[in-house]
Amino acid sequence: MESHTTETLLRWIVLVPLLGAAINGLLNRRLPRQVAGLLASAAVLISFALSVTVFLRLTGMPAEARFVSDIVTTWIGFGNLQVDLGFAMDPLSAVMSLVVTGVGFLIHIYSLGYMAHDKGSQRFFTYLNLFIFAMMTLVLGENLLMLFVGWEGVGLCSYLLISFWFTDEANAAAGKKAFIVNRIGDFGFLLGMFLIGATLLPHLGGGEGLLSFRVLQQHAGILAPAATAICLLLFVGATGKSAQIPLFVWLPDAMAGPTPVSALIHAATMVTAGVYMIARMNFLFVLTPTAMTVVATVGAVTALFAATIALTQNDIKKVLAYSTVSQLGYMMLACGVGAFSIAIFHVMTHAFFKALLFLGSGSVIHAMSDEQDMRVMGGLRKKLPLTFWTFIAGTLALAGIAPLAGFFSKDEILWNAWNSGNKVLWAIGFIAAGMTAFYMMRLVVLTFFGENRASAEVKSHIHESPATMTMPLVVLAVLSIAGGWVGIPHFLGGGAHFMTWLEPVFSQPAVVAELAHGAVAHGAEAAAHGAEAASHGAEHAGAHADTTMEWILAGASLAWGILGLLAGYFVYARKVSVAESFQKMGGGWPHKVLLNKYYVDEAYEGAIIRPMYRLSKTVLWKWVDVGLINGLLVEGSALVVAVVGSVMRLFQNGLVRFYAWSFSIGVAVFVLYLSFSG
Amino acid sequence: MEITLTHYLLLAAAIFVTGMVGFIVRRNAIVMLMCVELMLSSVNIVFAAFSRFHLDGGGHVFVLMNFAVAAAEAAIGLAILVEIFRRRRTVNVDDLKTLME
Repeated sequence: MESHTTETLLRWIVLVPLLGAAINGLLNRRLPRQVAGLLASAAVLISFALSVTVFLRLTGMPAEARFVSDIVTTWIGFGNLQVDLGFAMDPLSAVMSLVVTGVGFLIHIYSLGYMAHDKGSQRFFTYLNLFIFAMMTLVLGENLLMLFVGWEGVGLCSYLLISFWFTDEANAAAGKKAFIVNRIGDFGFLLGMFLIGATLLPHLGGGEGLLSFRVLQQHAGILAPAATAICLLLFVGATGKSAQIPLFVWLPDAMAGPTPVSALIHAATMVTAGVYMIARMNFLFVLTPTAMTVVATVGAVTALFAATIALTQNDIKKVLAYSTVSQLGYMMLACGVGAFSIAIFHVMTHAFFKALLFLGSGSVIHAMSDEQDMRVMGGLRKKLPLTFWTFIAGTLALAGIAPLAGFFSKDEILWNAWNSGNKVLWAIGFIAAGMTAFYMMRLVVLTFFGENRASAEVKSHIHESPATMTMPLVVLAVLSIAGGWVGIPHFLGGGAHFMTWLEPVFSQPAVVAELAHGAVAHGAEAAAHGAEAASHGAEHAGAHADTTMEWILAGASLAWGILGLLAGYFVYARKVSVAESFQKMGGGWPHKVLLNKYYVDEAYEGAIIRPMYRLSKTVLWKWVDVGLINGLLVEGSALVVAVVGSVMRLFQNGLVRFYAWSFSIGVAVFVLYLSFSG
Repeated sequence: MEITLTHYLLLAAAIFVTGMVGFIVRRNAIVMLMCVELMLSSVNIVFAAFSRFHLDGGGHVFVLMNFAVAAAEAAIGLAILVEIFRRRRTVNVDDLKTLME
């Protein structure tokens, strides 16, 4: 094992936001709102600066040695079970921390303007800083358990921020839903960790961190027999956090929170945690073609499924939310076909343009006096020029128009899906890409084009947002345009620097690569290319193949995206009758099904929640709680105490002579016992 | 007749039982206090006797300590009793049962 470089700056990247949260949280209302906001922003800026510092230090190292760690202390030391409290940065977590703190900082600045008039502004910034702390713990955690701590921490912050305006019942309910659905996923994550522990612990000597990623990677061979179960359990956790089928239902509801929260947590950073975790555990996933196939399939299906729902939604944030679910599906698809570095590439570009789109929609909502329904918007292009143009940049990036950021990452995902040998995965992704362009154009047209359909009252208040809100939009727009240029693939004449940078993380050590090939030899042809692509790191599995196919596919997806945009513009701006005929198509029921999100919420309500309520009411409440717990345990034990007490009370009569008498008898009995017991 | 250790112990036991019975049957707090003193004295006799027969001076130390404790206890006990008598006009322990509950 190569020598470790210690970098104590790492802990401060994590701790500074916590400090900010502590100050804001403890002083709360005693701080002026603007001070609280500036403090929180400064904390994240420091964190970002430190991340950049460590990142630059990493770039100065030779590619294979790019790893710094900061082990603070041993957290759990018990026999040969050891888990450290520590942080580590390698190329993968470097990318993530730059994105999280960078985009996080921009969103903090935006919140200065967006939350300026909110009474709970200090509380808001406390949670926001706490979130950055948790997210950085997740990203920089040196082992799986630290990652899990951050994982739960971001879940908590997500819950707190979704139900930030908790006086509205619906917001509180959305928060609860997010938390509970995530708990289901977390349960799978926990079981996965237990399985790792149970499999690996007997083979470990002392002094090795059980869940440390490096140790896990070294012992991938031992874990190989259990890899399928472990990876599927971990993937259950990822479906919860990254809103994949079947646990995606919480994310659209999470839009109840303030818009900067939707941008930061529910688009740019937290929801990508599942993708990050799978990329982090890539050495295990490549060993199990079954799990890889499941990941790819779930990702592709989610991408299409969510895109179709997004076609019909009328709430501007709901469209973006389903778009996020869909894009997360793409990232999962990339993971599933072994293109981990492409998945992270898409995480990054998506963080830029989706944060931009959410912040832009926040600017729109702000201007429309908190109206979110696109049916009463329209014509905002002239009134909000800066918001409009930045929004266009985000839309084009998301639709995959070259040379914006989204084109490169999405195209690479589709190319790798094509290369995986499973053309169905590619086709699903390809169809969803066209839909993405279509629903985004629909959103843009309904919001920015045509005549404004709001009431005169609202209309008179429409104004461009303050500079604190538009500046982050501009920065993110620049990133959405140029952010993809770090990863231009070879066939387009680019250097694919991003993939090269991540290569050390995803290139497998000999032992894993061998196992992976073994797994391939044993069957599961579909994942063959996945494992191969992974073991080759960021290089294309078909690097030696001719690039003609790559050109054709890239051209096709570009044309397809433009076609989607044009269709969207045509239908919603020119020929509104076409849109209306869409709604009436097939007797109107396809539109109704999509508008109601395939009735998934209703299905869960009927299949899980209602029976659970009924079970709770009849058995758990009436029998277990009232009968067993309250009747037998609580009242039963009280009865025993009462009976014993009523007997014992006879002895406490206040007569000193009686006490002395009982005392004497007691002593006499004791002495007699001592004398006769020998 | 030679006086042995047994004689001393029997004497001590007799005094102790006298004190104990007195403590249990009498109701006057002052008499009860005196009975406690009797029991303490019997213990002193045992200490002194063992000390004498085992040729070990340690017992005498305990006797002296006991004197001090007994004196202090009597002083505090009497002070409490005087105060109780001032308030309640009685030192009959059977009437003093407000600590019952």
